[in-house]
Amino acid sequence: MISITDKPIDVQKVIEASNSLEAGAVNAFIGTVRNNAKRKRVVRLEYEAYNAMAIAEIQKVVDEACAKWSLLGWSIAHRVGILEPGEVAVVVAISTAHRKESFDACQFIIDNVKAKAPIWKKEVFEDGEEWVAAHP
Amino acid sequence: MLYTLKTFGITREIVGERELKFEMSGNHVAELKKELIIRYPEMKALNSMMVAVNNSYAPDELELKEGDEIALIPPVSGG
Repeated sequence: MISITDKPIDVQKVIEASNSLEAGAVNAFIGTVRNNAKRKRVVRLEYEAYNAMAIAEIQKVVDEACAKWSLLGWSIAHRVGILEPGEVAVVVAISTAHRKESFDACQFIIDNVKAKAPIWKKEVFEDGEEWVAAHP
Repeated sequence: MLYTLKTFGITREIVGERELKFEMSGNHVAELKKELIIRYPEMKALNSMMVAVNNSYAPDELELKEGDEIALIPPVSGG
């Protein structure tokens, strides 16, 4: 399941959606909002997504992962909207027969989702704001 | 031809609207990118600017057709 939501992510539900009785390993990556960036205090992050394309790009990443590893289940959720430090921004949960491929597949998926999915975040500091990665 | 461009993130702020009506004589992605930079010089300062057509990243040589869903994709930063 891939979901892009403006509601808080229920981490347990994402993990459960990835589980399989044949799996001996469930690996979950949880990305959270840090309270600092560039030595400044982050007040909030503002996320937005091009939903239809983000889901299509994430699906391509999952398809690539499925070609590399035997995934028994997977589930990915990404939050959009205004997030405060400590909140969950993204969850990737993968289940496989054994632990090694669950770690490898989970890392592959989060790395590629970050690089390819059309999702953006703006860091809002006490004294300004900045779209992350927009400028050199 | 008149294109409708969806804008996101910093491109939405540069353009000032979520959907931009954009008239130009060319019909390839490369021409669209070039023309955008001429009309919105701030886009030149971005780390990258991709164009998506019908929910996929589009190569420069792709021909734009009437009815295509076209979007400007500034550097992504999800996660």
